[in-house]
Amino acid sequence: MIDTTCRIADVVFKNPVVMASGTFGFGREYARYYDLNKLGGLSGKGLTLHPKEGNLGLRVWETASGMLNSVGLENPGIRRFLSKEVPYWQQLDTVRIVNLGGHSIAEYEEGAQLLEQFSLSGKAAGQKAYDMIELNISCPNVKEGGMAYGIHVETAREVVMRVRRATTLPLVVKLSPNARDLVGMAVMCEEEGADGLSLVNTFSAMKIDIHKRSSVFENLYAGLSGPAIKPIALRMVHEVCKAVSIPVMGMGGISSAEDMIEFIMAGAETVQIGTHNFVNLRAGEELTAGLEAFMRREGIQSLTEIRGIL
Amino acid sequence: MAAALVMNNIQISSGIFRMTVQSGMGGRPGQFYMLRSKNASPLLSRPISIFNVEEDRVQFLYQVVGEGTKRLAGLRPGDEIGIEGPLGNGFPEPSGQMAFVGGGIGIAPFYYALKQWPGADIYLGFSREAYLVQEFERLSSRVIVDVGGFITDRIDLSSYDQVWVCGPQPMMLAMQRLNASSGNTGKVYVSMENRMACGIGACLVCSIRTSGGRRKSCADGPIFPVEEVVFE
Repeated sequence: MIDTTCRIADVVFKNPVVMASGTFGFGREYARYYDLNKLGGLSGKGLTLHPKEGNLGLRVWETASGMLNSVGLENPGIRRFLSKEVPYWQQLDTVRIVNLGGHSIAEYEEGAQLLEQFSLSGKAAGQKAYDMIELNISCPNVKEGGMAYGIHVETAREVVMRVRRATTLPLVVKLSPNARDLVGMAVMCEEEGADGLSLVNTFSAMKIDIHKRSSVFENLYAGLSGPAIKPIALRMVHEVCKAVSIPVMGMGGISSAEDMIEFIMAGAETVQIGTHNFVNLRAGEELTAGLEAFMRREGIQSLTEIRGIL
Repeated sequence: MAAALVMNNIQISSGIFRMTVQSGMGGRPGQFYMLRSKNASPLLSRPISIFNVEEDRVQFLYQVVGEGTKRLAGLRPGDEIGIEGPLGNGFPEPSGQMAFVGGGIGIAPFYYALKQWPGADIYLGFSREAYLVQEFERLSSRVIVDVGGFITDRIDLSSYDQVWVCGPQPMMLAMQRLNASSGNTGKVYVSMENRMACGIGACLVCSIRTSGGRRKSCADGPIFPVEEVVFE
């Protein structure tokens, strides 16, 4: 019997395959293609306190083995999420992660409080709404907030500290590969009581239209994801796993079971799948099956046998 | 991604191809499929609207624009193609006297539409070279063709109960103005072509502005009443 379970704080994942925020909506769209209960977990579309329209202009551009996106956190706001999406999430038997974004420290804090209150009121009725918060201080496509908080350790510390105080829910902080001191950022999150980390978000990048002599994106820069970033993301996950003792959800260009194994060998507790969901709408199901097949083939009984062996 | 077999893939004009794929999934006029060659690059599928449906076959008309469509153009009969669909909502139920207005590759949805509603008038606008005109003429005696001008100048909206439009953005913008000047009777529907990543409503890269807020071209559309679209 193969054991694929993973754990962050007291949350148990049936397997390490978690769908990354921003690539999976709130799950409904993919439920037409496979049973979401096969997944280890899913992280919903990044939410802000108030609804957000996102960025104008072009939002996607393909690159060699990757893509640039400039969605800019378009989302329905936390309140609408609570009323419209949580009832759906409550039917799912997989780890459900709320991705929390913001534009100011006060907004992050208020968002976390709202999620906490709703969670507590549901708990009393025996209706768990979601399992975990993923604090997003790393979105490169939002001018204020977003990545601005994810670059410098001391600005990020204030956000992490306030959100940590505002909620008793397990808290994972999603880190930016654009951080000036990624390891320092990770250590700070652990000091401030984060239960885990997820990394990396997209790399700040650009594309110039040489005929128009301008960026193809209104925001000048956009976020790079996909297989192109995998070797760098893997190195970053390895560095962070060496430096902290809290679990890490590793991501960046994963598109096969072998890619997932690499991240786990680098020390990741779970992985997250992002861009590959667009390439293959059934990625979650296929990667989950692929991981088990790999373990069987290689005679691996439990992921603990290979986790962090490098 | 589901796999299907390419039955044929024929160049019918400069940079314009018609591909037939074996798939029993069918679809309605205005719906689209996400198509991807099995190459590793580029990563994303291409949203291509349905040109025709026959029994267990779906046909697509597409223009080679970039790397993705170039890969599609390189497919040969017997090759496997990644395919998801039909996606999107398609055009609404037709009523009364219909007109279809296609610009360039935007003529694609109207072949299948005309097969189902042969009483419709069809307007085909091309910038340089007309193609498939004879095929359309086989289905309707009222085919109006324009090369190099503005096909929208040829339409009198008051003659129709419903008008379906697909083409480049300037053409749809012209239709929006025409519709506004004729009193916004709410009978003109446009197909919004947009870059997409997932095609199913999860990624929000194809999000457009409408009078009712942000909508997803793929899952809420690609068809919208023309007066609702806010062209950027």
